[in-house]
Amino acid sequence: MLRNPEPILRLRGVHKSFPKASGAELLVLDDVDLEIGDGEIVCLLGRSGSGKSTLLRIIAGLLPPSTGEVRFEGEAVRGPADGIAMVFQSFALFPWLSVLENVEVGLEALGLPRAEMRKRALEAIDLIGLDGFESAYPKELSGGMRQRVGFARAIVVHPKLLLMDEAFSALDVLTAENLRTEFLELWGSGRLPIRSVLMVTHNIEEAVSMGDRILLLATNPGRIAETIRIELPRPRDRFDPAVQALVDSVYARMTARPLPPSRYVAPPAGAITEHLLQVSTNLMAGLLEILAGPAFAGRADLPHIASLLHREGHELFPLLEMLQRLGYAELEEGDILLTPEGWRFAESDPEERKANFRRQLLLHVPLAAHIRSVLDTRPRQRAPVVRFREELEDQLSAEDASDTLRAVINWGRYAELFAYDDQAEVFSLENPS
Amino acid sequence: MSDPRPSPAALGGRARTLPNRWDWIALPLVLGAVLAIVHGAREMGGSLESVVETPISLSPAMLPDYALQTTLRMFAAMAASLVFTFVYGTLAAKSRRLEKLLIPILDILQSVPVLGYLSFSVIFFLRLFPGSAVGAELAAIFAIFTSQAWNMAFSFYQSLRTIPPDLQEATRAFRFTRWLRFWRLEAPFATPALVWNMMMSMSGGWFFVVASEAITVGGRSVLLPGIGSYVATAIFQRDLAAIGYAIACMVIVIGLYDQLLFRPLVAWSAKFRFEELMAATQPRSWLLLLFQRARATHFLVAPLRLLRHPFLILGAPAPHAHAAPSMRRERLKDIVWYALIGAGLTAAIWSIFSYVRTGIGWSDLAETLLLGLFTSARVFSLILLASLVWVPIGVQIGLRSRLAEKVQPLIQFLAAFPANLLFPFAVLGIVHFDLQPGIWLSPLMILGTQWYILFNVIAGTMAFPADLQHASANLGIRGWLWWKRVMLPGIFPYYVTGAITASGGSWNASIVAEVASWGDTTLVSRGLGAYIQEFTDAGDYPRIVLGIVVMAAYVTACNRLLWRPLYAFAERRLRIS
Repeated sequence: MLRNPEPILRLRGVHKSFPKASGAELLVLDDVDLEIGDGEIVCLLGRSGSGKSTLLRIIAGLLPPSTGEVRFEGEAVRGPADGIAMVFQSFALFPWLSVLENVEVGLEALGLPRAEMRKRALEAIDLIGLDGFESAYPKELSGGMRQRVGFARAIVVHPKLLLMDEAFSALDVLTAENLRTEFLELWGSGRLPIRSVLMVTHNIEEAVSMGDRILLLATNPGRIAETIRIELPRPRDRFDPAVQALVDSVYARMTARPLPPSRYVAPPAGAITEHLLQVSTNLMAGLLEILAGPAFAGRADLPHIASLLHREGHELFPLLEMLQRLGYAELEEGDILLTPEGWRFAESDPEERKANFRRQLLLHVPLAAHIRSVLDTRPRQRAPVVRFREELEDQLSAEDASDTLRAVINWGRYAELFAYDDQAEVFSLENPS
Repeated sequence: MSDPRPSPAALGGRARTLPNRWDWIALPLVLGAVLAIVHGAREMGGSLESVVETPISLSPAMLPDYALQTTLRMFAAMAASLVFTFVYGTLAAKSRRLEKLLIPILDILQSVPVLGYLSFSVIFFLRLFPGSAVGAELAAIFAIFTSQAWNMAFSFYQSLRTIPPDLQEATRAFRFTRWLRFWRLEAPFATPALVWNMMMSMSGGWFFVVASEAITVGGRSVLLPGIGSYVATAIFQRDLAAIGYAIACMVIVIGLYDQLLFRPLVAWSAKFRFEELMAATQPRSWLLLLFQRARATHFLVAPLRLLRHPFLILGAPAPHAHAAPSMRRERLKDIVWYALIGAGLTAAIWSIFSYVRTGIGWSDLAETLLLGLFTSARVFSLILLASLVWVPIGVQIGLRSRLAEKVQPLIQFLAAFPANLLFPFAVLGIVHFDLQPGIWLSPLMILGTQWYILFNVIAGTMAFPADLQHASANLGIRGWLWWKRVMLPGIFPYYVTGAITASGGSWNASIVAEVASWGDTTLVSRGLGAYIQEFTDAGDYPRIVLGIVVMAAYVTACNRLLWRPLYAFAERRLRIS
């Protein structure tokens, strides 16, 4: 393939903010510069909340940037552009159309004549390994086959740039591996009409196995913190020591603290209006127990932990962050270490665990402590959720405020710090006795 | 690249166009339907004089012809309702400003009693087509339309609002035109709910088609040829045998409608259900299967198929640009828009008020309010009574899935059967046993609508998760505790849906059900429905308007104060997902 030295895609100073409930702006992408060269696979790697999906949608022309510009082949992107196609995490297939019709529908949008449309659709179906399934409907297919339809639908429009939004994360581990391998084979054979690929993922192994470059996104607001160039030839063996070393180092960089500073002023640590993500207390307790077990004796490799979570992979970083915040674990060079407090939690009985968790929650999650203190000062020891929601919405979007409240309610219930009535939407201290 | 393989559609070659054994049934069905439509339509275009002068014959030989015309009215109204639905639902879902206006209007339209429209539409359409039967036909069709269109438009609007965001993004990323998006995403996504609502509308429509063919407004009566007029004539002439024929004919018509339309449509629409997995049971229809297998019939509609592609790509490729709305201009447009709505609203209220004020006073308002109280008391006690009867029976049927499969088609049939055909028997009974009409006419209101309660309760019981049933059996939960803790909460969301439908239908039916006659015997039970009916016959328009407004107010109040909170509660707390 003859490479064009000009980048296919170029982003300059892209900012994106959404209005908060309070009317102020919430910054989700901060000054993103990005170039994708001809013949390159670039992975955007970040935790939830890093704005990676928003960035992908800006590039796809589905969302306008607040400021800054996106140029595709030198032209400013002002909407979904010719030559950019997207593969969705949820496949986004039309259940009432057959495989063939699902692939053709993108060409219908281009107004192609029928014969041409059919010819190209069959070519794409052939290429992606869907022959024989032309007349099947999506609901008859397995997840892997559905995502193949997603790929066929994207390449049939002959895009220059293919966008993948967590394209493999709704699949089980083996199917995802199979699809990735086949895609890379096609890519290597030069039979795809695509020039470059930009993929969003939270899966570090996936990014390391596929990308020519990995862009690490930092959170709150999203910005590109680091670029990692991978010179290893594809296909990359995941058991190759060089690949494993790279995976370890990406884990280390993603969990390193503090992250490179941003111009943006984050809420001071200890503020009640932080965006908290729901992390199940079972998951926390389970990880602490495993870490304390003989297999790890208090220290484990993060890729190993990630493989234990497999389909819940996107919960890895919130989980690690929460354990760190509560003082149960520390992260160090891609490893997780149990702290003395973490040992204490793992080795206690359920009642003691609750007491321990309650103590740590009050110490380290200011919102939980705030709710409790408000309840303590009220004569009837009740407070409606709106009272706290409004406080949160001064700083967060309505959706993030809901996430945060849901997370705190669950932790508070587990810790028996307070009770919550979802019908009345009221916090209280009265537990049914 | 140089491999132009035969497309799957072309693989069969010529063999696909030759008739097979399925065609021997499919082709006559298609041709017969076309002929019937042409025949019926020709008869509907005559002059008003000929309609008025040709008396309705009570000979059973005339019934097929009358039934055909009644059915055609029904389908004409359905076609109009579909067009209305697509336009109104799309506008409401797509424009934030229009939504604020169109949805409340729809809410009001829905609560106005269907037959209330009739007294006005008759005059309007008769004046529009003076001397032609078309005016009277359109008035009847419009009345049926008003019984069908609103819930269909609502369902379409709601479907459009709940399209999964990833599919919407996919259509934008692949640069669908609005036109392509409508036919490839929006209409298909809305289809299952829309088909379901069409069927509900049709079932309700049979009731109103019968009621709207024999129109008496201000002393002037028009009898459009059809089953409704046949029954009205039979009642007037006290011909019990003719009533029997009409009922038998209606049974056949509804049976055909069920087999030839309802079932195929529902089975077909299952394809559009938005679900990840194959459902365990797929609705089936022999007719749909027949047409899917008949080759030559496919060949007949092939030209239509060829048109599909050019139709879909009209206007492609799509324009693509971010709309960059200026916040200040948008806000200004908002202000102008709401000011316009406000002005329109004031004008509308004022014109109704000043119209109604001519010749009637506060005492009339007080009277209608009191009568409304009577009618709502009837509606509620009947819903309660029907619930007490049908909930236990429905649960017992639903628990036996083999039985339920047999019973459900029967209930759908009963719901579609126009209950007003049975009114004469009720009148005879009341007169014969010298009963109190104020009480004994009431059951007529719920005669046709109680089936919705039964139907939904059965559906709810069948949808109740088997493992919850096993768990409660395992825990030894029985008797009243089982009803209170297991089954009643489990079916409640379904029950509420059924009860809402039954309540709305009963209000509508009250206009016909509170006044029933047999020859010159007329039984009246005091209520708002009888009030509207009485002044419609007398042509007293201010009082008709007053009656309709008060009834719409009662219906809206019921919905807001009782049904919606119940529904919201059921959805939030008791829906098993």
